[in-house]
Amino acid sequence: MKYVKALFAAATLSLSVFVTAAPAQEDPGPAAYSQALKGKRVMLVPMAMGFDLAQGWAHYIQTEVEAFGGTFETRDPNWSVEAGAQAITEAISSDTRPDVLIVHSPDLNSYARLLKKAQAAGTYVILIDNPANFAADAFVGSDWDRLGQLEAEAVIKGCGPNSSKKIGLVQGDQVNASSLYQYAGITKVLAKNPDFQVVAKPDSNWDATTSRNVTTTMLQQHPDICGIIDFWDGDASGAAAAIRDAKLQDKVFLVTTGGGEKAADCDNLENGTYGAVVMTELHHQSRDINAIIKFLLQSGQPAGTSKTYIYTLEKATTKADLKPDSCWDLKALKTAAK
Amino acid sequence: MKRSGLHLTALSQETIVAAIAVIIFIVASATLPGFFTAENVVSIIRSVSVLGILALGMAVVIIGRGIDLSAVAVMAMSVAWYLQLLNDGSSGWQALALVLAGVVGIGLLNGFLVAYADVPAIFVTLASGSFVFGFVRSQLIAQDAVPVPPDNWLQLFGGLRFLDIPIEVFISAALAFVIFLFLRYTKWGRYVYYAGDNPVAARNAGMPVRPMLVFRYVLSALVAFLAGLLTAASLHSINTRVVNSTLLYDIVLVAVIGGIGLSGGKGSVRNVLFGSALIGIMLNAMTIIDIPLIYQNLIKSTILLVAIVIDGLLNPRDEQTAQQGDI
Repeated sequence: MKYVKALFAAATLSLSVFVTAAPAQEDPGPAAYSQALKGKRVMLVPMAMGFDLAQGWAHYIQTEVEAFGGTFETRDPNWSVEAGAQAITEAISSDTRPDVLIVHSPDLNSYARLLKKAQAAGTYVILIDNPANFAADAFVGSDWDRLGQLEAEAVIKGCGPNSSKKIGLVQGDQVNASSLYQYAGITKVLAKNPDFQVVAKPDSNWDATTSRNVTTTMLQQHPDICGIIDFWDGDASGAAAAIRDAKLQDKVFLVTTGGGEKAADCDNLENGTYGAVVMTELHHQSRDINAIIKFLLQSGQPAGTSKTYIYTLEKATTKADLKPDSCWDLKALKTAAK
Repeated sequence: MKRSGLHLTALSQETIVAAIAVIIFIVASATLPGFFTAENVVSIIRSVSVLGILALGMAVVIIGRGIDLSAVAVMAMSVAWYLQLLNDGSSGWQALALVLAGVVGIGLLNGFLVAYADVPAIFVTLASGSFVFGFVRSQLIAQDAVPVPPDNWLQLFGGLRFLDIPIEVFISAALAFVIFLFLRYTKWGRYVYYAGDNPVAARNAGMPVRPMLVFRYVLSALVAFLAGLLTAASLHSINTRVVNSTLLYDIVLVAVIGGIGLSGGKGSVRNVLFGSALIGIMLNAMTIIDIPLIYQNLIKSTILLVAIVIDGLLNPRDEQTAQQGDI
């Protein structure tokens, strides 16, 4: 009985200590964080929702935004610039105007005016992946110039010093910033390696069939090409098909770039379709986007008054440096979401 | 029938296009190294084989005074759905049967609305194409691009070669021949011209104009599905983004530039072949010269405009050649 009493006393004592001490140990951070972020609206307008990058971003951003009590929405322009512009216009003028607008711009100029309007209305604008001629509150994405340099270095390494040193490029188009800057980066590296030369540089217009047709022609004109850089893994399947058809898999080193999704990139490195892929680490990139969302919403600065560039760390991955976590798995994300 | 008009004007649009194609071919052969080789000629034919197949289906519809703007949507979405079913573990035959039923269903719907509900073909197929794209994209598949599962018959099929020539070249040639036989030597084939030239007269003469119309849209949908399968076989995946591309206009263009009038009743497989040849030769030559895509589009459209203008000058439209329903 004595023990019970003593225990009881001890318990009361500790409880009282706990009760009185608790307010003194309250961290002011979470409350401020929650106050600044709770109920905030975040909207993602990618070029389309139907491809790996967009679905990956949406997954990672949604998880974070919902965790801090905000609402997350996406719009799917399905590769249409007009539909994207309309989605942005509607978002700005609606009663539920987003506090943060994340935009994946299709080209350098199309959305510039609209996004300025969004900032004027008080919405922070974050540009992702594709840069644009517009002073966004933040840009998160690849340094496409650097990415082009990495591709060129990978293809030079893949070709080797004893090869023909002839390289073909399958560009995207002549308006998209990612294509233009990628080309600029490649040119810089090749300027430093003058013995390597670009023998052809057709555009695929991001279409796999076109990529296949131009690559077929390229390989017929220059059968001794040792490496090809295709500017996107979305159409590089076409270049790969042309190489396969010409039975040159062992002779042509194909380099491309992509979002690091397993089926799109790692599987194709594994089976030898691609020699190297400069992968965007989507998980890290999404984390950067989330961090800048949290920062902007707490900063107190008006929209459109600051400029931040956050470039994602890129690296060229070959079959030799494939690790189980080199890629992220869209299928797994989807199963997890269910 | 205005086929007799060919005698009066020696230079029809078809001959003009064929002549331009031949001229470009000769000039390119003489000036571009590596153009006039067996491999390059094969790759020219191959690069337009899927386009040509789609244009053949379109040609039959256009000759019957219709148009099928759902062709590209049916091509991409049917195959995307098929591959999605395979990736999700359906058995091959089950998936194929299901997708074939869907394809035939869309063809029937198009044909029924045009033939029996009297809705203009351009609206029906525009709407059904959007519907097919929207429904399949949102309900049935997960991503724009659907890969062919490993070791599927399509992969092996895409790698098939005969005399080092890709299989799709033979398939498009065979299809062109079959459609030629159909249009030229079968009763329903001949009826396509009559119905396209003057549907009312054809009907009064006792031809089953409406069932034939339905049949043509079903045929067009099936041809589109075949074109999609060939695309997937070669690329090991299908990307539904192609629905937003200019492919649909290219198909109509190949048919029309070859000399198949949008007003119906005239044209044949030959026109499609000439139209495809012109496009294929032009694109190939420009790729060899390494002309950027924007200039390629400019040059392509200029040459096509020139062909149309020459045709307009040599074969002016008058009361005799113009007809109701001319676009």
